[in-house]
Amino acid sequence: MARTIIPFGPQHPVLPEPLHVKLVVEDEIVLEAIPALGYVHRGLEKLAEIRDYHQMIQVVERVCGICSNIHSMCYCQGIEEIMGIEVPRRAEYLRTAWSELHRMHSHLLWLGLFADAFGFEALFMQFWRIRERIMDINEATTGSRVITSVNIVGGVRQDLTPEMCSWILSELDTAEKEIKEIQNTIMDDYTVCHRTKGVGVLTKEQAYELGAAGPTLRGSGVASDMRLLKYSAFDKIDFEPIVETAGDCWARSTVRFRETLQSVDLVRQALAGMPQGDLAAPCKGNPEGEIITRVEQPRGECLYYIKGSGKKFLDRVRIRTPTFANVPPLLAMLPNCELADVPVIILSIDPCISCTER
Amino acid sequence: MLNMTPTVLKNLLSKSSTRMYPIEKREPFERYRGELFNNIDECIFCKKCQIKCPSQCITVTKDKESGTGTWICDPFACVYCSICVDACPTQSLYMKPVHRAPSAERDMMEQTGKIKLPKKKAKK
Repeated sequence: MARTIIPFGPQHPVLPEPLHVKLVVEDEIVLEAIPALGYVHRGLEKLAEIRDYHQMIQVVERVCGICSNIHSMCYCQGIEEIMGIEVPRRAEYLRTAWSELHRMHSHLLWLGLFADAFGFEALFMQFWRIRERIMDINEATTGSRVITSVNIVGGVRQDLTPEMCSWILSELDTAEKEIKEIQNTIMDDYTVCHRTKGVGVLTKEQAYELGAAGPTLRGSGVASDMRLLKYSAFDKIDFEPIVETAGDCWARSTVRFRETLQSVDLVRQALAGMPQGDLAAPCKGNPEGEIITRVEQPRGECLYYIKGSGKKFLDRVRIRTPTFANVPPLLAMLPNCELADVPVIILSIDPCISCTER
Repeated sequence: MLNMTPTVLKNLLSKSSTRMYPIEKREPFERYRGELFNNIDECIFCKKCQIKCPSQCITVTKDKESGTGTWICDPFACVYCSICVDACPTQSLYMKPVHRAPSAERDMMEQTGKIKLPKKKAKK
């Protein structure tokens, strides 16, 4: 049969965002995938010229809704490092707790979407019902469900009362119980395994050489996690990066599932070890110098390059997001797969196109 | 599908996870940033909210001849970050934990108040 080119996206039922991939297909087997990006470019980095470095926190939070807190945390860390501000310890613990809550709701959202991609709608609803608990915690503690706006240069804006901490812990207990109830379904179910095991395999060498990030990298057996850099309060929190060796869609979903449970534990540790103290250190002057900061987002490593020249407007903000790193590995996964598996493989890297294009 | 069966049975026997929305509403959380308001009697038109606002949706003007000031906010440009609330020196700005009602027209929140005279410093 002759080769055919099938356009996948930019509008597709399984993709919440506009990713366009041209698939070169022969007998329903994908031979090659050619990506086309650039549908949602908003030019947020350019806004650094007309928004001062405090207002840029609100701008970088809007790069991505699902990891908004972690974006602002990374940006604030960079500015604090340039200006030599020492963040109070309590603020660091609060940032850690909120970032882990964000990771949880991001992973639960993705697990739901992944189940939806192979047609398991009931499982999708289960995950999203659990996610609602985490969203409620965000809303009650920060004031907003998605864009939390709690990070400022020097610390955080909101505090957690002891009542809130105990309520969060009880909600997390319930959420953990509910997540464990569907563990067998996402990891051992025949239908799920049939659609995910051995599909979109990325070997350890490929993952390393193509520069994969986050669960895509850990799903291929590389124990790399930016939280090991001990930023924020991660220096006092015990954790091991979660690694799977199979490198297929099942391994990537398992990494995310296990990370969700790990995040519950990390929030508990952060709340238990939180010392009393100030919420924010005073911030005077303007940033002068350049810095690169890295944090671990739900999808992988996020990198910020910030350059300031002593004015209130920054010279340059460059954001490199994990999906950008995961596009070359995706193109290595797609050849020789069946056309029906393409949605599952594309979703398995958790593409966030608005992050990638900003 | 056997793995899912206990969850399905539990869902059948437990009460609904959703609520009958317009009839039954959840109480808003205390910290919820819902809608921005300005208590214009307390406002001193210092423009701090205008300067700090990341979305630049607030405009404050003063008319010294008539002794009045105007505070205008574009609620459709507001991102509900409550930075202005934190910056307000007189706490005249506040956020109510309610959702903003839908509107068919693009309207602006415009309020006019009297400019307060600066307090005289006590002589030493």
